[in-house]
Amino acid sequence: MLKFDHVSKMYKGGKKAVNNLSLEFKKGEFIVFIGPSGCGKTTTMKMINRLIEPSEGSIYINGENILEKDPVQLRREIGYVIQQIGLFPHMTIQENISLVPKLLKWPEEKRRTRARELLELVDMTPEYLERFPHELSGGQQQRIGVLRALAADQSLILMDEPFGALDPITRDSLQEEFKKLQQKLGKTIVFVTHDMDEALKLADQIVILRDGQLVQVGTPDEILRNPANDFVEEFIGKERLVQARPNIQTVGQVMNPNPVTVTEDKTLSEAIQIMKHHRVDALLVIDEKQVLKGYIDVEIIDQTRKKATHVGDVLVRELLTVDKDTLVRDTIRKILKKGMKYVPVIDQKQRLVGIVTRASLVDIVYDSIWGEEESIQ
Amino acid sequence: METIQEVLYYYSQNAGYVWEQFYRHFLMAAYGVILAAFIAIPVGILIARYHKLSIWVMSLANIIQTIPALAMLAVLMLVMGLGTNTVVFALFLYSLLPIIKNTYTGIQNVDHALLESGKAMGMTKLQVLRMVELPLALSVIMAGLRTALVITIGIATIGTFIGAGGLGDIILRGTNATDGTAIILAGAIPTALMAVIADVVMGWIERKLSPMKKRKGTVKLVEEPVV
Repeated sequence: MLKFDHVSKMYKGGKKAVNNLSLEFKKGEFIVFIGPSGCGKTTTMKMINRLIEPSEGSIYINGENILEKDPVQLRREIGYVIQQIGLFPHMTIQENISLVPKLLKWPEEKRRTRARELLELVDMTPEYLERFPHELSGGQQQRIGVLRALAADQSLILMDEPFGALDPITRDSLQEEFKKLQQKLGKTIVFVTHDMDEALKLADQIVILRDGQLVQVGTPDEILRNPANDFVEEFIGKERLVQARPNIQTVGQVMNPNPVTVTEDKTLSEAIQIMKHHRVDALLVIDEKQVLKGYIDVEIIDQTRKKATHVGDVLVRELLTVDKDTLVRDTIRKILKKGMKYVPVIDQKQRLVGIVTRASLVDIVYDSIWGEEESIQ
Repeated sequence: METIQEVLYYYSQNAGYVWEQFYRHFLMAAYGVILAAFIAIPVGILIARYHKLSIWVMSLANIIQTIPALAMLAVLMLVMGLGTNTVVFALFLYSLLPIIKNTYTGIQNVDHALLESGKAMGMTKLQVLRMVELPLALSVIMAGLRTALVITIGIATIGTFIGAGGLGDIILRGTNATDGTAIILAGAIPTALMAVIADVVMGWIERKLSPMKKRKGTVKLVEEPVV
């Protein structure tokens, strides 16, 4: 849908605002450009609708090279929302929303219906149509700003820190509202911000830029899991990385790698010896290849010790396991929901590699609350 | 008291004449401003686009403004001869500066974000001018016309020296007559009145055109809380 092909922007004096950028995005993606000020994110965005002309390279929208198109026509096909909102104070909300349709010479009647439709999307009543922007609150104004960018059903929308000037509460609700709207309408969004929380919340793809250079592209999960370098790590912030850890860590990273085990050919009395020695109330049963067979616990031994002699006779073969590559957050949910005391961790070949117990969960929670303070000390 | 009675007596005797001069006076001032507007507004728009020109144009208009009115009329008379046209032309010149300056300022002061919005939404340069810049600068431009009109109403008074008529005629007549106080007042009062009325009326129009003041006084609906 949107493709940057070796795009550079040089200003007079040879300063490179954007350097040799190549990117490609799919339709319907929410793309967030992020970086410190002066990193070229806004420049990059403005090259898409040619408010700034690239010095080198080309940009394609749906396979069409935009540098070969008429800029005025191009801009009418791309929505645009800015931080300062930019509603025209001398026009009513109706006129503001239907400005692009008017430029495209839609008939009056169609413009009116469209404006009403759009207003419904953000749960505002049609009576707002006849009002002027200064009669609306900041949040309402920016809702109209967003609607204006949707009015001619543009499939690509550019947004330059659209929620930056709003108070935190309004911003939060608008972000959520907008993300839902985007998913519902399937628009491709290019969104510029310097707020990492906003990026993580909204983005499908995050593009991190620094001094006009591409540093990293990826989904929020990918970037949190594997920050490309120290800059990205610092930019994301230690706090967020720590907070994000339970969400991105795999079970393999947090499990206890030395579970207490027993083999099937051991006798029950041997098993109980092992339990006593390790002070546990259950044992995982494995074979000689470390493949998990089941478990026995102290209750089972107590009930069956008169009838059976070997572990293999009484073990419970049905038990829930997790793969060592699953995310911790999913595991936590499993453990908490089913009220299990522990979950054995296996690899692809069903071999036991570790165990996650409730004690491990405590460690994770402890880390995410106090872990950072310790690392500072 | 006596003077006032004399003034009233003068009006009762010369009502037709005073009205005719009043009207003539106003027309001269108005023509001067309107002609100037045709030139000055486009020039103001132009120099708002090309900043380098603005210093030159503004300096020139400033110089014109500093020439004493009587000297200006005298010089113009040498070229254009006596009569109303010369006065209208002088008033035209004096109107240029306030109108150019206000047009320039008005357009300069349009919020940059709005211009970018307009451009980014796919307006041509002409559409940005017509749909964004001019409507938003309109009240400031009107303020320029208002200043110009008040200035020209004052200056038009001396048009009488080159035979253009107007309320200046009555004032001049008073200065020539013995004990002409009443006649001078009979000319001066309507001149001042005209300037004040013009100022008030233009000010009202200006406020009407201000983009932010629209629909003032209508009941504001209760804003919905942002959830």
